[in-house]
Amino acid sequence: MTTNTETPTDTATALPEDADQLSAKLRRAAVAALPPERLMPDRQPAYVASWIYVFGVLTLASLAVVILTGVVLAIFGPSWWHVSTVGLFVNSLHLWSVEVFFFAMVVHLWGKFFMAAWRGRRRATWITGVVSFVVSVGAAFTGYLSQQNFDSQWISTQAKDGINSTGAGAIFNVTNFGQMLMWHIVLLPLVVVLLVGVHVLLVRLRGVVPPFAPTDHTAKETGADQASPQKITVKGVPS
Amino acid sequence: MTTADETNGRRHGRRFNPDRDVAVWNGKYLPYDLVKEFLIALVVVTLLVVLLAVVFSSPDDHPVTVRSWSTAQPVDFAQTAITELDGSSAVANYGPPYNATNPGATQSIGPFSPERWFGVHHPIDTANDYVIAPLQTLPDRAALDASINAYTSASSSQQANWTTAYEKAVANATFAQGGLKVPSGAYGPVAPMISALTSMARSGALDGALLSSRQFYGTDYTKPLLFIADGTYLANLGQAQHLQGSQWGMMNETGNYPGQAWLWLYTLWYQVAPMKTSSNADLQVWAIMMLLTLILALVPFIPGLRSIPRWSRIYRLIWRQHYRDIS
Amino acid sequence: MQTLTAVMGHMVGGLINLTGPGHYIHWGFIQISAANLVVIGLMVVVFAAAILIPFRRPGGRD
Repeated sequence: MTTNTETPTDTATALPEDADQLSAKLRRAAVAALPPERLMPDRQPAYVASWIYVFGVLTLASLAVVILTGVVLAIFGPSWWHVSTVGLFVNSLHLWSVEVFFFAMVVHLWGKFFMAAWRGRRRATWITGVVSFVVSVGAAFTGYLSQQNFDSQWISTQAKDGINSTGAGAIFNVTNFGQMLMWHIVLLPLVVVLLVGVHVLLVRLRGVVPPFAPTDHTAKETGADQASPQKITVKGVPS
Repeated sequence: MTTADETNGRRHGRRFNPDRDVAVWNGKYLPYDLVKEFLIALVVVTLLVVLLAVVFSSPDDHPVTVRSWSTAQPVDFAQTAITELDGSSAVANYGPPYNATNPGATQSIGPFSPERWFGVHHPIDTANDYVIAPLQTLPDRAALDASINAYTSASSSQQANWTTAYEKAVANATFAQGGLKVPSGAYGPVAPMISALTSMARSGALDGALLSSRQFYGTDYTKPLLFIADGTYLANLGQAQHLQGSQWGMMNETGNYPGQAWLWLYTLWYQVAPMKTSSNADLQVWAIMMLLTLILALVPFIPGLRSIPRWSRIYRLIWRQHYRDIS
Repeated sequence: MQTLTAVMGHMVGGLINLTGPGHYIHWGFIQISAANLVVIGLMVVVFAAAILIPFRRPGGRD
């Protein structure tokens, strides 16, 4: 496959004198990097054939449920779920969607690790995935601190020691409910959604990692010089 | 199809490394409806979450208040209060970000001590914030004011004599007829002060007086939380629920609910030497976890680690259809 | 209507009550709640299943 260097067709509609616009340049760069058929493809390489591939999308779907139920909790305010049966139910949805989210994300991580999915200029995809996981742990943690119950009291008074030992306690005060609620409902969700967005765009940009070559497992990491990367050819329709 | 750019990761002239580079995919592309997959996933997850919520609900144990604590265990409250007054409590000796009274309290690894570098940001003077100032908010307190003045104007050795004697005696105190009964002794003004504070706590007035913000609205519970955490009442509640750090409590939840299972590795380090007994355990565990997180993020760059997937050959199972196709 | 409210109340309260004393497994220095063990065990089972269960790709065998 070749890098797409053709001028995207949409610039044909732009007037030549507008071609120097930052907006036009940005659009050209974006369309060149992620043309619509790559951003939302209708085909995947034939090797994309395992249930392990659904765990990325399951993670995204659970994140959607986490956010949706969180939005409902936000609409009615932080104390609603303690006094309303409907509120308690929405809180339960929020809690369990978080458990499903982490469940799916961990299975996704294991799968991507054993596929060595960072190969072929996909290292940034791996790194944004790991960072998303770490920030999600923080987002869940501040959620526990925002519950205003025994859990929050216990977790904040225990966790303060770890956070304080790093010096971060000077700024990030886990016993300050208002601050933790803000981090939980504004700052950390924003970061998680941004990171996940970048992660998904990187997946689309680089595509799904191809399998190891059949001989790869015998190779030594640095010594095995396969003079040229083999072309994986499959009988049948070429791509 | 020329959509996905299965770029070979090799830089020009660099040898092919199977743990870093991939061969160009020239095989088939098959229909795969990503949007449909997402919608099905959304329905499945929603149904699963609704099912779990209906079956298991979610935990909501009542918080502890200074009032509920001092009502349930007034002697534990009084014991804690006297350590706040004489500066022997955990919070009084905590170090940054709350105070700098005990220079030895700061955690460090060699010269690395970020806690000290950041300094005091949420100052807590336990004697004043937890005992004296709250008592001064009480109405009609002529006798109490005399006690407070006697205490604050006494020499520090005199104060120490009173508080040490009281601290010993209060361990054998009882609570009856609405008041603390402490065996008589030379406690000076300390006994009436702690008695009054205990009554104030049991009335609920202390909860409000401890809020860090002296305005009408407040969201910062640092002071009351740290006070409550200094007593044994909260610790025993946590212990009973398997929530103590030494019980792998970080990943646990009240009752039989799953907790933050993803913290298993973080809480593991507290169970093993040297962190198990170290006074710098928190900083050590955080340093280990930061390092491990960095390693996880940088797996693609680390020789050996990045070869594990290839050596494990689990990929042969994942892509078994593909390998069948090309054999 | 009352029945519905009762059913709803029961539903949000959880059909299976997980409050009450927690069940913990002690194994050497390891302590883990039964609930967390189930979650982690399920992750391993689901991971293995995801790899082993045949996935029917469009137009493919298996």
